[in-house]
Amino acid sequence: MIRAISIRALYAIVLLIAVLVLNFSMLHLAPGDVADTIAQASGGADPEVMDQIRRDYGLDQPFLTQLGSYIVKVAKFDLGYSFFYNRPVTDLILERLPATLLLVISAQLLALIVGVVLGVISARNPNGLTSHFVTGLALFGYSAPVFWTGILLLIAFSLNLPIFPSSGMRDVTIEGGFFAHTVDVLHHLVLPVIALCSVYLALYSRLCRSSMLEVLGSDYVRTAKAKGLSEGQVVYKHALKNALSPVITLAGLQFSAVISGAVLVEAVFSWPGLGTLAFQSIIARDTPTILGILFFSAIVVVIGNLITDLVLRMIDPRVGGKA
Amino acid sequence: MSVTRINLQEELQKPSHPFKEAWVMFRSNHSAMFGLIVLLIVIFAGVFGPVLYQGDPFDMVWAPFSPPGEEGYLLGTDYLGRDLLLMILHGARVSIAIGLAAAFLTVVIGITIGALAGFYRGWVEEVLMRITEFFQVLPTLLFSMVIVALFGASLPIVTFAIGVVSWPPVARITRTEFLRIRELEYVTAARASGVSNWKLIGRVILPNALPPIIVQAALMVGSAILFEAGLSFLGLTDPNIVSWGQIIGSNRQYILDSSYIVTIPGLAIFITVLAISLVGDGLNDALNPKLRKR
Amino acid sequence: MSPLLEIENLRVELTTRDGSAPVIDDLSFSLNAGETVSFVGESGCGKSMTALAILGLLPAGIGRVTRGSIKFNGEDLTKASDARMREIRGNEISMIFQEPMTSLNPVFTIGEQIAEVLREHRDMNAAQARSRAIELLDAVRIPNAKGRVDDYPHQMSGGQRQRVMIAIALACEPKILIADEPTTALDVTVQAQIFELMRDLGREFETSIILITHDMGAVAEMAERMLVMYAGRKVEAGPVDQVIDHPKHPYTKGLISCVPHLLAELTDERPPLAEIGGIVPGLAEFGRNQCLYAARCPLADDKCLQERPLPLAGKNGHEAACWHVEKVS
Repeated sequence: MIRAISIRALYAIVLLIAVLVLNFSMLHLAPGDVADTIAQASGGADPEVMDQIRRDYGLDQPFLTQLGSYIVKVAKFDLGYSFFYNRPVTDLILERLPATLLLVISAQLLALIVGVVLGVISARNPNGLTSHFVTGLALFGYSAPVFWTGILLLIAFSLNLPIFPSSGMRDVTIEGGFFAHTVDVLHHLVLPVIALCSVYLALYSRLCRSSMLEVLGSDYVRTAKAKGLSEGQVVYKHALKNALSPVITLAGLQFSAVISGAVLVEAVFSWPGLGTLAFQSIIARDTPTILGILFFSAIVVVIGNLITDLVLRMIDPRVGGKA
Repeated sequence: MSVTRINLQEELQKPSHPFKEAWVMFRSNHSAMFGLIVLLIVIFAGVFGPVLYQGDPFDMVWAPFSPPGEEGYLLGTDYLGRDLLLMILHGARVSIAIGLAAAFLTVVIGITIGALAGFYRGWVEEVLMRITEFFQVLPTLLFSMVIVALFGASLPIVTFAIGVVSWPPVARITRTEFLRIRELEYVTAARASGVSNWKLIGRVILPNALPPIIVQAALMVGSAILFEAGLSFLGLTDPNIVSWGQIIGSNRQYILDSSYIVTIPGLAIFITVLAISLVGDGLNDALNPKLRKR
Repeated sequence: MSPLLEIENLRVELTTRDGSAPVIDDLSFSLNAGETVSFVGESGCGKSMTALAILGLLPAGIGRVTRGSIKFNGEDLTKASDARMREIRGNEISMIFQEPMTSLNPVFTIGEQIAEVLREHRDMNAAQARSRAIELLDAVRIPNAKGRVDDYPHQMSGGQRQRVMIAIALACEPKILIADEPTTALDVTVQAQIFELMRDLGREFETSIILITHDMGAVAEMAERMLVMYAGRKVEAGPVDQVIDHPKHPYTKGLISCVPHLLAELTDERPPLAEIGGIVPGLAEFGRNQCLYAARCPLADDKCLQERPLPLAGKNGHEAACWHVEKVS
């Protein structure tokens, strides 16, 4: 078990290095370099100063040497300097990361929990109301652009019916202790999370429904019934644990998509996370920050995948054998 | 024995081409046919709309924020007083064109990688599947945002940015199909009779692997349209072209006064992608009848 | 003394696309304490449905008992509440299934799957149930039971999994064990061991066994009485040696002719191969007022197609439902 996990972790590190190589290559292929960016930020510079900057940043070195020093720098958590924000990229990102993690993790958990509940209910009654709801929800979730869902929620529950705040993560006028602030953040979180999770709720509930239907017809569920177990034990102990595996596998695969969705949702609700930062840096042509965000989101996805792997191993003993 | 004979006769009476059979099945599927009709209307609107209803979508034609119907402008005007109907029609063109082009790129990359991995196995498969996993680790939208930001916001770059990040699912499905089909007897037979590897891949295995790939490709058109909408919502698209996502993005500050300006283009995206999903589901049922029974 | 289990005029209907069909049609039989009765017949003849009907596990919404009674110790199970049926299942009547590879839950340890029944029906706490589970694994002859109690099903062979299933089924020392083709999916060498195990444990726990099988050899070895089913109907029943030596129904005769070593004394009368040709009738034909075997029967005449033959009792309770009993033997 520990060996399998360390292999996975090692592989994750290789993946992340590959992301760095890709980042760096794209930077190289793209027109313009750091010197241009600095020159742009400082409103133009003469060629001699530009050459000086290129030497200072090692831009006159061969590609591989530059790549090597870039990777070494990143290993020391140095992702470069943002000339737009005048701060180290790592600081910028770490400041925004918690907001994005809060959004992404809440949306994933909510989608998983509600999706599984809906999936189980509709599998137990395939022609019931919940079942039709899941089918309809799945169609909506697949087809509605997540930012549009967000805007519609905003129009409905923030403008027409002012229940929830329309933007940001905190109300600066709020006074009180930790509890009051937590409630405030959760209040701001509701609409963005619902918008983001609508897509994944649709995916998970539909998959859970079909996987549960399959499991409920399996031989071991019949065995569980023949043991005299109650309906609840049969469904929630014997069937659910088996039906969960494919849903969790899918959820793990969706991590990178959820982060993509978060970028759009953050833009709609001015949520102060990595997505908003990415959006602002792109407009400002702040390349180091953009690449840093890409790298950090890859880290989040990789960690998400590792956690998924662990959860799957806990649920299904057969998973461990294969790795 | 008599039972077998009857089946054989039925077999002979069946339409000879498997795709004809699929069409018969598809046609009897109401929601899929509904999707197909909606999709054809959208395509028609995109292709002929701007011809029948002429005008420059960037022109200011009337007072900004005019609600739908006012002064003969069916869908009203946006914050710059531009004709929303005209913008929607032009946007349809862009959405469909980018959707198709990006999905095509996705499918080409996906089939190539999946086919090579599934056919050659061994280290080729190992390397290609690692690359696929690598692309699945990068959040697709962020990745394509970076591409657009670094290489410029033109239509070809946007299309490329969507296609180059979306292919892993196609590659996976293709590989799975190839792994299954390459073990079948007729492939072994073809191989034994000296058919070259390229012919085996392209002429023997690929045609039989197509049904699930076609379904995936159809769904890819939908997700490419959503993807383009997301990018253009963020303003990462050619500024000289109108697209649905961009209308929403540029008007979203004004939702308080005129929610219709963002509701209508969103509805256009939603209906188009919904139609494609319905067609995709119908194709799935028609092309993979075995899966349907589950 | 009244029998442990008594089924009278049982009719089970299954809803199909073209209406409902009686998959069990007017079935009566009884099982005495400590006795082993075998159900024999081709697949789809209603053997497994009988088992599921006894346990009240007919497929929900599709199958239901429409007539007759299933009396267990005098209590009619067709009228018992869900809660009462749960008390009985796995406790007083338990069942083992055909597919050991898929009948155990892959995500729980075998120890847990055995202990679960004990906690449910015997009010044992976790520790007691676990140590009893180890004893049971030992009883079903799994070597190193203590070391294997925390294994998962995928770590065991098919034969071992079926032993675990037997351990689960016998955990509460049930009055009746229903074994539905328990060895069909196993290697021939393992089959004999499983049968031996069932017989030994059945005696030890004083459990009556209903053995559903199409293996005539197993019937001869295991059971005292047998019941032959065809298309949802009982066509012949009686003491095993009597039925095998002198079958009264042409279908039974056909079945027996498939097992050469049982025919040691009957070699001269070996029936022609044509007798087992044809197929079991489709569900739509079930329930017709005729002999359903007529289409495949060499002895069939007009009467067979016009009226359903009723079981004709002979000596020692050897009965057969055929218009031409005298021609068969």
